[in-house]
Amino acid sequence: MTLTLTGVGYRYAGTSDAALLDIDLELRSGEVVGLAGASESGKTTLCLVTSGLAPRAIGGLLRGRITIDGTDVDAWPMHRLSQEIGIGFQSPASQLSQVAGTVFEEVAFGPMNLALPRDDVLDRTWEALETLVIRDLADRDPRRLSGGQQQLVAIAGLLAMRPAHLILDEPTAQLDPQGTRLVTEALARLAANGASILVAEQKTEVLAALASRTVVLEAGRMVLAGATGEVLGDPRLPELGVTPPAAVRLRHAARDAGLDARMLDEVHAGG
Amino acid sequence: MARSGRLSEATAGRGLPDFLGRPGPTAYHRLNPLTKATIATTTAIAAVALGGLIGPAVLVAVAVVGPAIAAGVLRDLVRTSVLLALPIAISALLVNLFFFPGGEGELFRIGPIVATEEGLGLALEILARIMAISGAVTLFYLTTRPSDLVIDLERRGMGSRVAFVANASVQTVPAMVERAGQITDAQRARGLDTEGGVLRRLRGIVPIVGPVILGSIAEVEERSMALEARGFARPGRRTLLWAPADRRVEALIRWGLLAALVAVIALRISGRLP
Repeated sequence: MTLTLTGVGYRYAGTSDAALLDIDLELRSGEVVGLAGASESGKTTLCLVTSGLAPRAIGGLLRGRITIDGTDVDAWPMHRLSQEIGIGFQSPASQLSQVAGTVFEEVAFGPMNLALPRDDVLDRTWEALETLVIRDLADRDPRRLSGGQQQLVAIAGLLAMRPAHLILDEPTAQLDPQGTRLVTEALARLAANGASILVAEQKTEVLAALASRTVVLEAGRMVLAGATGEVLGDPRLPELGVTPPAAVRLRHAARDAGLDARMLDEVHAGG
Repeated sequence: MARSGRLSEATAGRGLPDFLGRPGPTAYHRLNPLTKATIATTTAIAAVALGGLIGPAVLVAVAVVGPAIAAGVLRDLVRTSVLLALPIAISALLVNLFFFPGGEGELFRIGPIVATEEGLGLALEILARIMAISGAVTLFYLTTRPSDLVIDLERRGMGSRVAFVANASVQTVPAMVERAGQITDAQRARGLDTEGGVLRRLRGIVPIVGPVILGSIAEVEERSMALEARGFARPGRRTLLWAPADRRVEALIRWGLLAALVAVIALRISGRLP
């Protein structure tokens, strides 16, 4: 399944300036696309638009076309679209329903809302818990988990909807290094299993580890797009408010110092 | 996963986890939540309708203390319900004891203020009602998860949105208390003094209340979007994974309690109760 944005622009309700302009983006099955950019560059807006929440849930004006396998999704209600596209946010706690006493009920919340047969809800919930390797948390109170664990529970809740595509808006932004590692490893497992994910991240190390392609936004426009290695190695990245991964910075520093960058590769390969 | 283009696939045969709907430890815990809610509600209303001292006291003994002993929660019940009732009980006692209009039987005097027998009698009657109400409500919460009651009501036909609001409202209180604790710690770390006299404590509340309320409001938009993304806006009923057990005898008890309550209210209105 392919999710396609063609000439997409978006303006928030009550504002005159466009938050997104002329976005052309394709998210194919089995592909992880990274989204980078400075704060206020439009990453969150693009996530909201791609998921369908903007303008359905928050209003605003959308231009251009969003299609799934060529079918325009403009008229789809959110509960139908949420079965094709799942979206996760920065704050782990605010994604919890607040009404589930256990992680199992939290993950089952979405499929229950869809009024699926009970056995189907149970199967989806177990499957999502197992996919993210958090089956052991099933009987825990989700409000008593660490931030990283809560984020995994939130992602499991999305997976239980069985979407074809997953949109994640800075899923590690509010996590400590351990939580970041937990979520990155889980996303890497999903990616290795062929998941289709659009992930916005300030931490370019996370993008380097996950994404095959990366797009960089500036003031709502796509200014760089291509293979992740090339985009994250682009010398214009710091000017765009994006900190390159440590490996790239080291490579640039070595080059500036007159060292042969291939030496770093040999050290890396040897280490 | 990639074959069907879905992020996860169905696997069969794992069923309902045993920790969901696990029966409570005692027979009273295992009553249907609606039965326990009916007991609490009818006890509280009947205590007010009966008036006097004996009626509410008997209700406390029969409908609160007895079940609390059976459920093994008497100690928690006493502690919680007393704490719950204490502020209003103290003010009711003081106002009636010292300011009962036309009271003649003097018990003792503090300066110009006289404590009267009549005032003490009325204060005890009010205390009995307050204890019946706080005891009944506390017993319900000590023996029932609010979410179980909501699931039961949803099974009986309550709309899922109403059920969500009811459940979320109850669950939000501890979440806000926890947030307030975190913000208090953070403000203390930055030098806020929340110890000492009443005025100093009151001054210390201001920088805590603001972030608690604003933080909660700021979360609302993201939380509502997260709910939308999980199909919450879909019209119609939703699937329930389990529902608390109910028995015919419990339905009869509920109707019986409601009928008794109606009778007490009718007697009160007709003036046949003292």
